[in-house]
Amino acid sequence: MNVPNGQKEKPNKVLQFGNESIAHGAREAGCYFGTAYPGTPSTEILEIFHTFPGVFAKWAPNEKVAVEVGIGACLTGTRVLCTMKHVGVNVAMDPLMTFTYTGVVGGFVLVAADDPAMHSSQNEQDSRILAKFMKVPVFDPANSQEAHDFTKMAFDFSEQFNTFVMLRETTRIAHAKGLVQLGEWADPVRGPHMKREIERFVMMPNFARPRHTFAEKRALDLLDFSNNWDGNDLQLKSKKVGIITAGVASNYVQELMPDASLLKVGMPWPFPAEKARKLAEHCDRVLVVEELEPFMEEEAKIAGINVQGMEFFPREGELDLDTVGKGLHEAGLLDSAPVVPVGEPVIARPPVLCAGCPHRGIYMALRKINADVYGDIGCYTLAALPPLETLHTCFCMGASIGSAVGAALAENDRKHPAVAVIGDSTFYHSGMTGLLDAVASEANITVVIVDNSITAMTGGQQHPGSGTNLMGNVNVKVPIEQVVEGLGVKKMIVADTYDYNKTVDQLKEAVNYDGPSVLIARKQCALFPKKRKIDPYVVVEPDCTGCGNCFRIGCPAISTSGKKTKRGLAIAHIDPTACTGCTLCQQVCKDDAILSVTEFNKRHGEEVEA
Amino acid sequence: MSEVVNVLIVGVGGQGVVLASNILCEVALRAGYDVKKSEIHGMSQRGGVVTSHVRFGEKVYSPLIQHGQADVMLGFESAEALRFAHEVKEGGLMLSATQKIPPPRGPQKKKLKGLQYPETPLEDAKSVCKGRVVPIEAEKIAEELGNPRLTNTILLGALSTGLDISDDIWNETIRAMVPPKTIELNLAAFARGKAVAEDVVA
Repeated sequence: MNVPNGQKEKPNKVLQFGNESIAHGAREAGCYFGTAYPGTPSTEILEIFHTFPGVFAKWAPNEKVAVEVGIGACLTGTRVLCTMKHVGVNVAMDPLMTFTYTGVVGGFVLVAADDPAMHSSQNEQDSRILAKFMKVPVFDPANSQEAHDFTKMAFDFSEQFNTFVMLRETTRIAHAKGLVQLGEWADPVRGPHMKREIERFVMMPNFARPRHTFAEKRALDLLDFSNNWDGNDLQLKSKKVGIITAGVASNYVQELMPDASLLKVGMPWPFPAEKARKLAEHCDRVLVVEELEPFMEEEAKIAGINVQGMEFFPREGELDLDTVGKGLHEAGLLDSAPVVPVGEPVIARPPVLCAGCPHRGIYMALRKINADVYGDIGCYTLAALPPLETLHTCFCMGASIGSAVGAALAENDRKHPAVAVIGDSTFYHSGMTGLLDAVASEANITVVIVDNSITAMTGGQQHPGSGTNLMGNVNVKVPIEQVVEGLGVKKMIVADTYDYNKTVDQLKEAVNYDGPSVLIARKQCALFPKKRKIDPYVVVEPDCTGCGNCFRIGCPAISTSGKKTKRGLAIAHIDPTACTGCTLCQQVCKDDAILSVTEFNKRHGEEVEA
Repeated sequence: MSEVVNVLIVGVGGQGVVLASNILCEVALRAGYDVKKSEIHGMSQRGGVVTSHVRFGEKVYSPLIQHGQADVMLGFESAEALRFAHEVKEGGLMLSATQKIPPPRGPQKKKLKGLQYPETPLEDAKSVCKGRVVPIEAEKIAEELGNPRLTNTILLGALSTGLDISDDIWNETIRAMVPPKTIELNLAAFARGKAVAEDVVA
């Protein structure tokens, strides 16, 4: 194989994925205070940041609270890092839209992690638009080094321009590794005390009007900065074509068209229109290559610059070398379009609830009573897929309860019980007000709170019911039962979802109650904080009649053994390394053909070895 | 860009794809190259497909490999190797474990009728893959070495025969990155994987 010769001396650089680099950049800028609600692809930033000596970090119950906590810390003069996924910014918009008027005391950096292609999200909105709406500058790094450098400078910048700053990353920045030159660590900047400044921080109409004026004037200063900043990198080369690009898309452009003139934008808003104009004056034509919305394209057009963009490139999903190559070809700039080969169709491997997942039992029960299930955001959303297919809506964090209430109040001819299913972390995030509304409107619904005591989908982060927080310095636990009772719910049942038949009975009891009821389906997550491992189970093959009950629970540890019963039905096999011993398959087995290894050995002696 | 080496690693959640790609990145870094890698975290933990793109060379921009342009593909599971066989470029190389991990039975039933787990995935891959397909009996070797979790290091050993990076760099990187108790075992696994591949690839 033809391999290039690398430089022989070892570079003084480290390999980091973007989220690591953002955490390190914040540390080097002397950031003391980190706050966030976990959300892919942003979660690792705070998990890494909190390990640095001398800093403080905490998970907040939701993104709005994270921002508000961050604002409080900022008002003391402390430097604050606040991270969230793109849809989390929606939750936090309320404080942010006014925080932009007040400006900051300590530097405040908001990380918005966008997820083009929706690898792990319910939509693919473009946060650059929100930055413009909020009138705050947005940095858009193209690799780990820029993620580090932009974060580091953003804190000084925030204080210099008296504004919070958005650092927008995308999945392919957050979770892609690249080489980074790190710098020196600075001492964390922790402010002395709250700063009283009524006219700046009390945003009532008379005080807010001059602050709006301030924000508009600041936007002009920011524009001036953007037009002169090296991070908006103008490279005048070929006169034939100039390309305006930013973020991960700039990598594809530079790889495919190394000779094109380039405006590689590090700050999409305020858009460096003067640099774009210089590019347009130098080149015969100008193209904009950007992921998701035609944001810079519109900014350039508003500035009266003649550019093309979205007519050649997709507005949906991620860009890559193929989509960018195809667009450049269609624009007449590349001789040939990349050929995308087509592979052989192979049996799908959809994500499923884990072996031993405590959510499985409650969904089996919900399927049995044929409930209309209003779903929410978390691992349990996977129950919409086969074979469970027992989740019928999913919009955003907390939406399950409100939509169940609305349906229950509107339904004229109800066919099935209305059940909202919401996770514990999601309930603390934004389910509590929905439940309050269910009580206040006497809605005849059941709210199932699937409580696995951790924020599981994002990798096991603590929440107010976990009894601890990121730094391990909090030992307060807010039990869900107390919250539910406090919100005025009269009917509450706690179920153990590993006990299937009892769970079904308890669910029926909750559903049959006239008025709002709550079933807390409780069992620790099978993966976090520690992977569950009990006595695994085996299939006694001669006893299996191939009824398929165990297949229908959708456990990844259960597959076909390749053997058939006399009637030609598939005999099940349990992977002993994946089985956690939750016993659900045993509970639904009609033939008593599933036993624990211990029990099997007792009954069948040595023959289990295989 | 011909001077960038593209390695695509595919497998199933829990097989060690991420650790293997981290080791490869570190090896490339120590050999003096610019390196990028990209993979999707999240759903893969729940038994899904895992793919990792590793690219290295004098200067690497894109964190993703262009479709059909992988110089080498490492398959940790044979049906996954088949799924991505078309990503190997003309004259490239596919090194795949012969291991088969059928997806759980439940989800297949309704939506995916017609598609069965392939009987001979690596044979099928030969008609799709534009490069050479080299099956590696990594599972068997791992069993001989006494630890089923060594598949990823065995495959890295096989991969090393296709890249011009010294064994010293590989060995010191493996030493630094695997759990301390398993260093010797992993070095042995690397050597075995290398020996097996040398016979067929060279």
